[in-house]
Amino acid sequence: MSGLFSALGSFWAWITYALDPLCGPVGLFSLFGSSSLVACGDTGWGDEIALGVKVTLTLALSTLPLGLLIGFFVALAMQSKDRTLRLAAGIYTTIFRGLPELLTLFIVYYGAQILIQSGLAAIGFEERIEINAFFAGMLALSVVFSSYCSEVLLSAFKAIPNGQYEAGDALGLHRGRTMLLIIVPQLVRIALPGLGNLWMNLLKDTALVSIIGLSDILRQTGVAAKVSKEAFFFYLLACILFLVLAVVSSGGLRLIERWARRSEVRR
Amino acid sequence: MSFVERMIPPRPAPAAKVQSISAARIAGILMLIVWALLAAGLVYMMISNWNTDKFVRYGPRYLSGLWVTASLVSLSIVFGAALSLPIAFARMSGNRVANGLAYAYVYIFRGTPLLAQLYLIYYGLGSFRPQLEAVGLWWFFREAWYCGLLSMTLNTAAYQAEILRGAIQSVPKGQHEGAQSLGLPPMVTFRKIILPQALIVALRPYGNEIILMIKGSAVVAVVTVLDLMGQTRYAFSRTFDYQAYLWAAIFYLSIVEVLRHVWAAIEARLTRHLKR
Repeated sequence: MSGLFSALGSFWAWITYALDPLCGPVGLFSLFGSSSLVACGDTGWGDEIALGVKVTLTLALSTLPLGLLIGFFVALAMQSKDRTLRLAAGIYTTIFRGLPELLTLFIVYYGAQILIQSGLAAIGFEERIEINAFFAGMLALSVVFSSYCSEVLLSAFKAIPNGQYEAGDALGLHRGRTMLLIIVPQLVRIALPGLGNLWMNLLKDTALVSIIGLSDILRQTGVAAKVSKEAFFFYLLACILFLVLAVVSSGGLRLIERWARRSEVRR
Repeated sequence: MSFVERMIPPRPAPAAKVQSISAARIAGILMLIVWALLAAGLVYMMISNWNTDKFVRYGPRYLSGLWVTASLVSLSIVFGAALSLPIAFARMSGNRVANGLAYAYVYIFRGTPLLAQLYLIYYGLGSFRPQLEAVGLWWFFREAWYCGLLSMTLNTAAYQAEILRGAIQSVPKGQHEGAQSLGLPPMVTFRKIILPQALIVALRPYGNEIILMIKGSAVVAVVTVLDLMGQTRYAFSRTFDYQAYLWAAIFYLSIVEVLRHVWAAIEARLTRHLKR
């Protein structure tokens, strides 16, 4: 069994290497930068920067579902008939849309450390805890993402006429089914442009996690810049990488939007 | 085959179900309790860890940081507005080259993080010290404050150009044609007819942009500018007191909220003729 897993592992490693657009066999750095500062391997910074791209993408992609889920429930709470629920959701969005993302990141990063530490101290462990920067970054970014996402989803909810809910009632669907089968498909279509903008913002906000020490694009290029004293080149490279991510994801978003509209009524 | 012979007589609607406590109410109350507990914890932490010595030492620093943040944001908004004018007009012009250049500018500055732009300007351009000294610009790129101002200005100019362009293009074509039929010269048309209507559309996005800049300005703390965030980091690195961040949060939150409400009031006042 362990042989199978190691075989699968090495196969996965080979796949990720072969399809790596930066340092793979047909990667940009290995084709055009083999004897320069961005060469892959021990002589250049190519593989470190490729790792940074991977970390940035992983962070953004793992923040997205969490943020969407929290945002969806906050949006539901914000359009609820109950006043207390609306108030609670309003406090959430007001706080996290008003705080700078950097400050939210620090508050989550150090706050979670202090919270866990004092919790452990209460049950008798006296130890210094360092929480994972990736986890803290993911939590902070998804909190910020969800509070903006709830606004986008709320306005999309408002664009869906009441008749759609009534039609669900008339068909005898209960609330969850109405939501899942009737409302959400239309919601996605209306909210997609706004969510696309939020995804772009999320990609840019991931740069902040470099400050708490996560090895994302900006951190890795920064290390390379400090060691090689080629600050302009490496920071320009970081900007270009972010720009490429933005271009690629705007292309992807266009495809997703076309897919979402495939069965829309043509007027 | 059966058919209805008599109409069913009208009946009163079923009595509304009286539900004193719904699931939503319970969830809402629970969440409000969580918020209240957090707020109480915050207040308790601030009272129990109150230290007059720290307050005297770091209070003035926070105020000076607030001033630095305010001046950075207001200057960059003003300079950015000035820079956004030519970009917006280039973006709307028929000239292929100008349009392309303006589009590239906007795309690049909106597609990359402010932090990366700041690093590129401060560390990247800072590495060309001999060349900059030769041109006599080293005094500018040596200071983190100027670099922060420059990167924020360039960044906000891209966003403001898009706001301005969208607002100007949202003015219906009939307004241009109406002005033309009155024989007004293009400058007057723009100043007296197009711009007032465009600025009303642009009011809300401009407010959002100012708020975004206030929040975005926090990143200049990373390149040693002692703005509100920078002073917070300084205080935290000296005292290891978590309250440093909470005070900063209170400051930022109150600035943003005050600005938001003031802006909403301004908008309500300026658009009072559009109310129906």
